[in-house]
Amino acid sequence: MMTTLSPTSRAATRGWSDITIRNLFVIPTVAFLIIFNVFPLLYSLGFSFTDFRASSKDAANFVGLQNYADILADPVIWRSFATTLWYVIVSVSGQFVVGFGLALLLNRPIPGKGLLTTLLLLPMMLSPVVVGLFWKLIYDPSWGILNYALGLGKTAWLTDANLALYAVAITDIWMWSPFVMLLSLAGLSAVPKHLYEAASIDRASKLYTFFRVTLPLVAPILLIAVIFRTMEAFKTFDIAFVMTGQPQAELISSRLYKMAFAQWQTGPASALAYIVLIMVLCITNIYVKYLNKAKER
Amino acid sequence: MARIRLDKVSKRFGVHTAVSDLSIDVADGEFFVLLGPTGAGKTTTLRMIAGLEKPSAGSIYIDDENVDAWGPAERDVALVLQQYSLYPRLSVRENLAFPLRSNVRKMSQPDIDKRIDYASKTLRITHLLDRKTDRLSGGEMQRVSIGRAIVREPKVFLMDEPLSALDAKLREALRSELKDLQMRLGATFIFVTHDQVEAMTMGDRIAVLNKGRIVQVGTPRDVYTNPRDTFVASFVGSPAINLLPGSLAGDVASVAQAFEMPITRSAAVEGPVTFGIRPEDVEVTAGAPNEARIHDVENHGIEKIVTLRVGENLMRAAVPARVEVKVEEAVRFSWNPDKVMLFDAKTGLNLRGQAA
Repeated sequence: MMTTLSPTSRAATRGWSDITIRNLFVIPTVAFLIIFNVFPLLYSLGFSFTDFRASSKDAANFVGLQNYADILADPVIWRSFATTLWYVIVSVSGQFVVGFGLALLLNRPIPGKGLLTTLLLLPMMLSPVVVGLFWKLIYDPSWGILNYALGLGKTAWLTDANLALYAVAITDIWMWSPFVMLLSLAGLSAVPKHLYEAASIDRASKLYTFFRVTLPLVAPILLIAVIFRTMEAFKTFDIAFVMTGQPQAELISSRLYKMAFAQWQTGPASALAYIVLIMVLCITNIYVKYLNKAKER
Repeated sequence: MARIRLDKVSKRFGVHTAVSDLSIDVADGEFFVLLGPTGAGKTTTLRMIAGLEKPSAGSIYIDDENVDAWGPAERDVALVLQQYSLYPRLSVRENLAFPLRSNVRKMSQPDIDKRIDYASKTLRITHLLDRKTDRLSGGEMQRVSIGRAIVREPKVFLMDEPLSALDAKLREALRSELKDLQMRLGATFIFVTHDQVEAMTMGDRIAVLNKGRIVQVGTPRDVYTNPRDTFVASFVGSPAINLLPGSLAGDVASVAQAFEMPITRSAAVEGPVTFGIRPEDVEVTAGAPNEARIHDVENHGIEKIVTLRVGENLMRAAVPARVEVKVEEAVRFSWNPDKVMLFDAKTGLNLRGQAA
């Protein structure tokens, strides 16, 4: 009689080998990835070299690098890139300052800390479309609460080409600072308490301790937060679309949307998407280099 | 340098009392050891002296000045912890300079260099100065953290088990180095440890703590030869003292209903007591009055520790390494009647010590 049952033998009695079980878990995931990620990625790469239009029956003609050349020569698209870059800088640095600041405030014994943290995380959990609609109401020039509260008359936050970018960025900051806060909080609470005690005994000022002890230790996790937020900010579409519709100063993703689904230029849109992808990869790579350096030190 | 005095200091965390009614007086330039098992309140006491914890009651004086309201920075103490507490991502040199760069000091760079130079030579870490701290071995890290204390030239060095994370050989080496350092600096050291060997070898005086209270304060010799109670007796000394129940009638001790032996009396006690005899005062020789069997033999190189079995009782004895003994062999033993300690069977207090 068998007295012990190892997991293997238990599975074996059911007629499943370890390999079968492994495949059962892995194959659906891999299949899903290939169908919904890898295949479209390659398929659209193909489109980017053609003049294909998803709205017409005409067969796609191979045009080589023409789409790429057209896009890179188009001043409108370059303006979109510049707008996007500025948006990324404003939004991510805003999220960084607010998020890290909140984390520093929360990283101390205060009553109701758990509840407070959860409440602060709420914006992050909302749907971007809902957030966009809320803020659209807040920003409304004639009866929005923002103009009312600040006494700004009829400032047109979302239709003024100079203001719309900041209005969207503020919304993005509101929504995603909690994310930076959450990661920072994890980093801050991982700093050993005895280092602060040593520093206080060494008569280091609070500021000196912050820059020489806290910051170097949380830098890697802060960088990870910034990487995530930069990638996301670069791709911002939903909030901007809901809030501003078709603005003059448009983000690159809005431009992309217009090309692909308003003008049905599927080929050139694919090319633009690839250019954006390469740019995001480059930016991320720079961060990853810094991250590795920060970890090494 | 400084004199440290604790006056009836207590510390409670919620309902738990970590330290109660503790008074010690550490002289200037003294190597003072707080010894006790885990949870005895040693570290809490040290942290209160450092200013990292506030006493619930009582007062602390540094150089006769009440420092209760002072923060850690103002007390000018240096603290070396078991976890090294080196600042990560800084080099050894930057770690040593850290406390000197404080705004309170306003030290010039040449002065800082001079102090780092002195400290690193003292601790023989000059060759490590430009290394990052995570590339150091445990012993090197602990040297650096001691160095960080030295550069400050503090009033008092507080050390919280600085050696317990190191391996045995290194611990031994740093032990004598630390003692040597303390004598050269002429500084006041308060050293927390649970290792009685460290306490015995380094301390000028030892305070033995148990459950938040001081049991005994004295020189290592004092604590060893004249322990206040069975707790101190068994905590200090390795191999541990033999504590055997029995009773006393005249000059004859009858131990655990197994054997009888004479003792030299100094206290007027009769009836049930606990006898304490250190292994080195038990003699295993042919022709001795009592018989025992060898229960176990531990070879320590310079000597052997044999466990004797007498009836139901076990008793350790230290014998010279050259003596050949085998397990289950019958041997004869006696004890040094002058060295037998008498403890109250109920309270565990030393009866002879109180009278002497």
